[in-house]
Amino acid sequence: MTLSGTQAAPAVQRDEPSLRVVPTRHPLRWAATALALLLLAMAANSLATNPAWEWEVVGEYLFAPSVLRSLVLTMELTALGIVLGFALGTVLALMRLSRNRLLSSVAWAYVWLFRSVPLILQLLFWYNLALLYPRLSFGVPFGPGFFDIGTMDLIGPLTAAALGLALHQAAYAAEIVRGGLLSVDPGQREAAAALGIPRARRLFRIILPQAMRTIVPNAGNEIIGLVKGTSVVYIMALPELFYQVQVIYMRNGRVMALLLVAAVWYLVLTTALSVVQYYVERHYGRGRS
Amino acid sequence: MTTMVELRNVHKSFGPLHVLRGVSLSVRRGEVAVILGPSGSGKSTLLRTINHLEKVESGTVEIEGELLGYRRSGDRLHELHEREILRQRTKIGFVFQNFNLFPHLTVRQNVAEAPLSAQKRPKAEVDALVTRLLDRVGLAEKADAYPRTLSGGQQQRVAIARALALEPKVVLFDEPTSALDPELVGEVLEVMKDLARTGTTMLVVTHEISFAREVADTVVFMDAGQILEQGPPPQVLDSPRHERTRAFIGKVL
Repeated sequence: MTLSGTQAAPAVQRDEPSLRVVPTRHPLRWAATALALLLLAMAANSLATNPAWEWEVVGEYLFAPSVLRSLVLTMELTALGIVLGFALGTVLALMRLSRNRLLSSVAWAYVWLFRSVPLILQLLFWYNLALLYPRLSFGVPFGPGFFDIGTMDLIGPLTAAALGLALHQAAYAAEIVRGGLLSVDPGQREAAAALGIPRARRLFRIILPQAMRTIVPNAGNEIIGLVKGTSVVYIMALPELFYQVQVIYMRNGRVMALLLVAAVWYLVLTTALSVVQYYVERHYGRGRS
Repeated sequence: MTTMVELRNVHKSFGPLHVLRGVSLSVRRGEVAVILGPSGSGKSTLLRTINHLEKVESGTVEIEGELLGYRRSGDRLHELHEREILRQRTKIGFVFQNFNLFPHLTVRQNVAEAPLSAQKRPKAEVDALVTRLLDRVGLAEKADAYPRTLSGGQQQRVAIARALALEPKVVLFDEPTSALDPELVGEVLEVMKDLARTGTTMLVVTHEISFAREVADTVVFMDAGQILEQGPPPQVLDSPRHERTRAFIGKVL
């Protein structure tokens, strides 16, 4: 970096022949590449030539109306689970970070409980809530009720599934949002407070957008997990994608082809979500190179 | 001249650590007070009590005669509601050592945020104000840049513009040049000198003795949570009465 160094450079060029750079050879890397290509070719060949894959059946059912209807239900369940789950999760995260010990303990207990019990068990629990409370009554706590309604009428399979997914998701979302909020430099909070910016505005304008940089990659994982996680609700006989393909292959016996149909759609959904995630991450990464 | 900032017998502890031990200080309108002292002497904490980022345990802080953070009735102090505290903070600008600019907002958005959301001033008026302020700190052409793309000195100048956007009655500077590379200190001090010349009331915690000598009306020397002495720069800097003041100034010069 010194001046004499830059002056010396041309002298070197004059006195010595120009040197050719020879890259290091990587024979093992070449061998591994060849092996990978071979395996890929074998896999592709088997996919294309083994008639048991029944690609024509896959094609036949991929856009069948019953499959498309079940796909819509899968997307609805995912959307409900994510939106309600993250809304409740954000509230839980704020409670957990609250200085009020009771609020913080309640949030901790919620996360502990809903993360500890398997999703499939929680879903069955909500589905069978009527066994516990045959009728639900709305009114003054410990006081008179204004009206009551049969639990079965209020919480059908769809509501039970959405509720179960959302409540379970909220526990994970709470931890993700909390981690995001904690990742923001405390100086940001302080600067916003010193400027007299109102509390809600501080959260939504200053803190959360910065927290999103940490939240989005983790939330992306969770959302993709939930797309596939919705398949668990097949136990409630809800005609979502996985349940629907089962119904079809029980009828016609084309098991592999129909599992492939479901796999293709799950791939499409998660790929689309990954693309969305890329753009959301880029949005919240602005101002950082 | 009227009193702008008045601290009376302020005490503050962090757990067992008694950081401020009865500090009283009075700053007049338009006065520039520079607070010097060894690290851990309570200088920053003192500044932070003035805009209620730290609650005082006893004693009072007043800005233009208005009690900060509390409402007095008889001999009781009632803690104010957060909304009231936020309103009071808009009278006080604060410049942090680490700038604390909002990294996801542009320079213009950083400066405009508080006047828009805390003071609810109309957008057009704020736009004009921001342009004027950025021009004043010499960064008009950086309005649409993000803070990360600026040098430390430029970031601190934006932070000063952001503090001024509230049109505060007093601006507090907490070691504004300590996080800067040496060659960037000058540009920030120039902006501060300009503020001092135009009659801004300032409290500055700094280690820049030359700035104190040139700009300060009053130099305050703090040690171990107390004000040891204060007075015009020549008096405190050249012929300090206290041994500890002398030792400190000898070390930093």
